[in-house]
Amino acid sequence: MTMPTTPSKLHPNAHNAPLWNLGYFAVVTSLATFWWLAYTHIMPVSHWLVFTLWGFAPGSHLGLSLEFFLYDTAKILLLLVLLIYALAWIRVSLKVELVRDFLAGKRRGLGYFLGAFFGAITPFCSCSSIPLFLGFTTARIPMGITMSFLITSPLINEIAVVLLWSLLGWKFTIIYVLVGMLAGILGGFVMDELKVQRWLQPFILEAMEKEPTQQYVHDSQKKHGFTIQQRHTFAYNETASIFQRVWKWVIIGVGIGAALHGFVPENWFAQNLGAGEWWSVPASVLIGIPLYSNVTGIIPIMESLLTKGLPMGTTLAFCMSAVAASIPEVMMLRQIMTIKLQATFIGYLWIIFTLVGWLFNSVGPHILS
Amino acid sequence: MEIKVLGPGCAQCAQTEKLVKEVVATKGGNIVVQKVSDFKEMMAAGVMSTPAVVIDGVVKCTGRIPSKEEISTWIENAGNEGGSD
Repeated sequence: MTMPTTPSKLHPNAHNAPLWNLGYFAVVTSLATFWWLAYTHIMPVSHWLVFTLWGFAPGSHLGLSLEFFLYDTAKILLLLVLLIYALAWIRVSLKVELVRDFLAGKRRGLGYFLGAFFGAITPFCSCSSIPLFLGFTTARIPMGITMSFLITSPLINEIAVVLLWSLLGWKFTIIYVLVGMLAGILGGFVMDELKVQRWLQPFILEAMEKEPTQQYVHDSQKKHGFTIQQRHTFAYNETASIFQRVWKWVIIGVGIGAALHGFVPENWFAQNLGAGEWWSVPASVLIGIPLYSNVTGIIPIMESLLTKGLPMGTTLAFCMSAVAASIPEVMMLRQIMTIKLQATFIGYLWIIFTLVGWLFNSVGPHILS
Repeated sequence: MEIKVLGPGCAQCAQTEKLVKEVVATKGGNIVVQKVSDFKEMMAAGVMSTPAVVIDGVVKCTGRIPSKEEISTWIENAGNEGGSD
């Protein structure tokens, strides 16, 4: 057992806390001001860089692409830094262990919703998905609820919401979130109906038989609450590690988006891959599933696809399937799932995103216009 | 004393392992640091989010990178209990 520690022993600098906090707020205020100045000047600065400093002809494809690229990259990266930091600061105390304890023993119907809901709001590093899966399963949480969590988790998070909101508007954001939640809820239901539990790797089934519900893991910080300094440390680490992980996705995503923006003719998609081509939806989901992308990289691409006239349903179907599953992820989940279970999972994603695509291809024009 | 850093091998886990080793290097004494990436062992410890730090079988933190001061305090407290060898 751990000995109870006094706060001052835990934080050697505790007596300096007021001073530290004062300095912290001063730095935060000045950084926030700087952030705001940078954010409001991205548009004129990228325009000036491209067309004045580098001398691209106004209206040229390359110039427009480059301007779009600079503008979008800077805007997204600035938003990301602010958001990850602010949200990590708030939710330092939200733990998956608490979510597990909360979900254990919930009724199925409500359970799927809550699983999907927590999947959306709980951050977790994708390399945690297996320990998390095992933790949920051995706590006797029905497999379907865990699947709801796993499906929604990569699709929806605060970063996705903010990017969608700023690039594509609130209507699209709400549709995206609703679709992501529903895909998760329905997925959990379907998985339980098919009794996919029997297709887990044997060692998990064994562990479930002998192990009763696990004890709550004790985090030594829990007792004391978190000081501002600890929140800052957590938020700073979180920001640094997420940022290191996603910045290249933003650049790749915006790069592809910018290329589409500058070089694909207006309405090219509408004419060639329009809503009339019913097969384009299942085909694009089939292309999207093995692709590895995360939501940060895909949203700039969505923006460009939509502005070039790709129907809303096809865009959603393609992008969501690219985010929800990928070859590396399937390989990783192989350690806990048998082929049958993985095939069922991928088959479900294929069907649900195809249906989503068809649905929004038919109703999309009435919603967004 | 035995310190385990649990994690499948993402950047955060590597960072945690590095910090633990740095702190241990300043402490001296008989402390073994071990990186665990076996999921069964994580399951047995009840750890669901990584990185996690386990000292002599007690889970000290999960799902975040601890600070050096925290690690140092954990080691001191675990040592004071006399439960280590």
